[in-house]
Amino acid sequence: MKISFNREACQGHNRCYLLAPELFDVDDEGYAVLLVTGDVPEQLHAKAQLAVDNCPEYAITLTEENPPA
Amino acid sequence: MSGPERCPVTDWQTDFDHTAPEYAADAPAIWQELRETCPVAHSDRFGGTWLPTRHEDISAIAHDTEHFTSRGVIVSVLEPQVPAPVGYAPPISSDPPFHQVARSLLLPAFAPKAIRPIEAPTRAFCAQLIDQILSDLPASGVVDAAEQYAQHIPVRVIAHMLGVPAEDGDRFRGFIHRILEMAGQNDEPVAPDETMIHYIFTQIEKRRDEPSDDLIGFLLQAEIEGVPLTDDHVGGTIALILLAGIDTTWSAIGASIWYLAQHPEECARLIAHPELMPFAVEEMLRAFAPVTMARKVSQDVELGGKQLHEGDWVLLPFPSANRDPEFFENPNEVILDREKNRHAAFGLGIHRCLGSNLARMELTVALEEWLARVPEFELADPEAVLWSTGQVRGPRKLPIRILDPGTSTTTMGAR
Ligand code: HEM
Ligand code: SF4
Repeated sequence: MKISFNREACQGHNRCYLLAPELFDVDDEGYAVLLVTGDVPEQLHAKAQLAVDNCPEYAITLTEENPPA
Repeated sequence: MSGPERCPVTDWQTDFDHTAPEYAADAPAIWQELRETCPVAHSDRFGGTWLPTRHEDISAIAHDTEHFTSRGVIVSVLEPQVPAPVGYAPPISSDPPFHQVARSLLLPAFAPKAIRPIEAPTRAFCAQLIDQILSDLPASGVVDAAEQYAQHIPVRVIAHMLGVPAEDGDRFRGFIHRILEMAGQNDEPVAPDETMIHYIFTQIEKRRDEPSDDLIGFLLQAEIEGVPLTDDHVGGTIALILLAGIDTTWSAIGASIWYLAQHPEECARLIAHPELMPFAVEEMLRAFAPVTMARKVSQDVELGGKQLHEGDWVLLPFPSANRDPEFFENPNEVILDREKNRHAAFGLGIHRCLGSNLARMELTVALEEWLARVPEFELADPEAVLWSTGQVRGPRKLPIRILDPGTSTTTMGAR
């Protein structure tokens, strides 16, 4: 599972940082900073999904590389 | 016309009035009906106003600064003066490109890590307020949670951030009442040294010679491209923070307590599972979002099949977006552990509420401290609950009966 973040779309709602601090930090202005590049570790899949499902600006996307058969 | 002799609304599709008491009392049902029958409603009131009710349309407007300007964000028969009496309140009343300049200046003061140190004093203050309520509890057990609790929290927090005495909070509530709640309805002259603007400029003057590390001091030292901010910019921004940060948060805290008072099983669940609180707070914000903003149309544009003209007002009812069944599953149900919740309570796009991290902290702390001391309570008189009218919606009268004064040792007669 790969995660990507669109800084242009982010408006600093900070939902991702609250729900998945292992994946997101915030900068001094309150915009999100993605902490992982590419693959999301297995144990953080659920949190990554939460961040996606609560970002009001659709700034976070997940892509499944090997969809389950 | 608005004002005391307002005509009753007979048709919400063509003649709505968002300042009417019927709207305040029943807004979610009105939005639902409009969403199904006339998703972009119109009214000739206030010089021509549109009311979109679908998430899709509200989001499109909030993201479109080309056709919609923030020059006017409070619908009124008067031409925009935002918020009166300060004609200029950056960044809420600003459009790009200046908006970003004015906003960037403030962002660091409201970022999550910057507001973290305010949490402990907020918690202590909430606890103190409740202890006071419990020690003064009448035999009936009835208190007004809006007036005696919710209202005081944001006032105290803003006073703390601005670096002004806590007692000045009473004056803030007076300013807000006059400027927002009574907008356009009071002709009584205000003594010049009683105005908000006078108060703010006095505070600015005080800090001229003695730099301070509070928000006012910070703005006085701030620069845009090497040039210090004008006094009007500093004053307008302080006015905005006073006006934007208080009755909004008060409404969110009050509405949450109103809901919990009717759902003892949910109180018990939150007490047993504190880890649900972050989800519950966002769900309260979704279901009872207090703030409806507005825009002016700056270029003719079509929306949901309707032709909008330059100069028209458009309301942005984020609370209605939050109840759109096209966007949320079971939108009218409060689901405290809702996992998919892209709510728009703090707006969408470039004007995302600057104070959202602060407001979220205040709401969380206010509910945690309340439940810790008042685990059981109910509405004392559902009919007596009074919702504010206009663009900020929340309970202004909220009589509740405290059933179990809790086990906190600092309560009951500790005074
Ligand atoms: C639950 C409480 C609150 C709610 C629901 C709320 C809601 C909103 C909304 C919907 C907007 C968007 C305005 C627009 O699109 O035109 C906004 C903007 C703003 N809010 Fe809040 N707000 C709350 C609390 C606060 C607090 C505590 C502060 C500050 C202390 C604050 C300061 C601001 C400011 C300065 C803006 C303008 C941002 C800009 O235009 O860039 N708000 N708020
Ligand atoms: S939730 Fe979305 S908009 Fe908010 S900070 Fe995270 S990425 Fe940005």
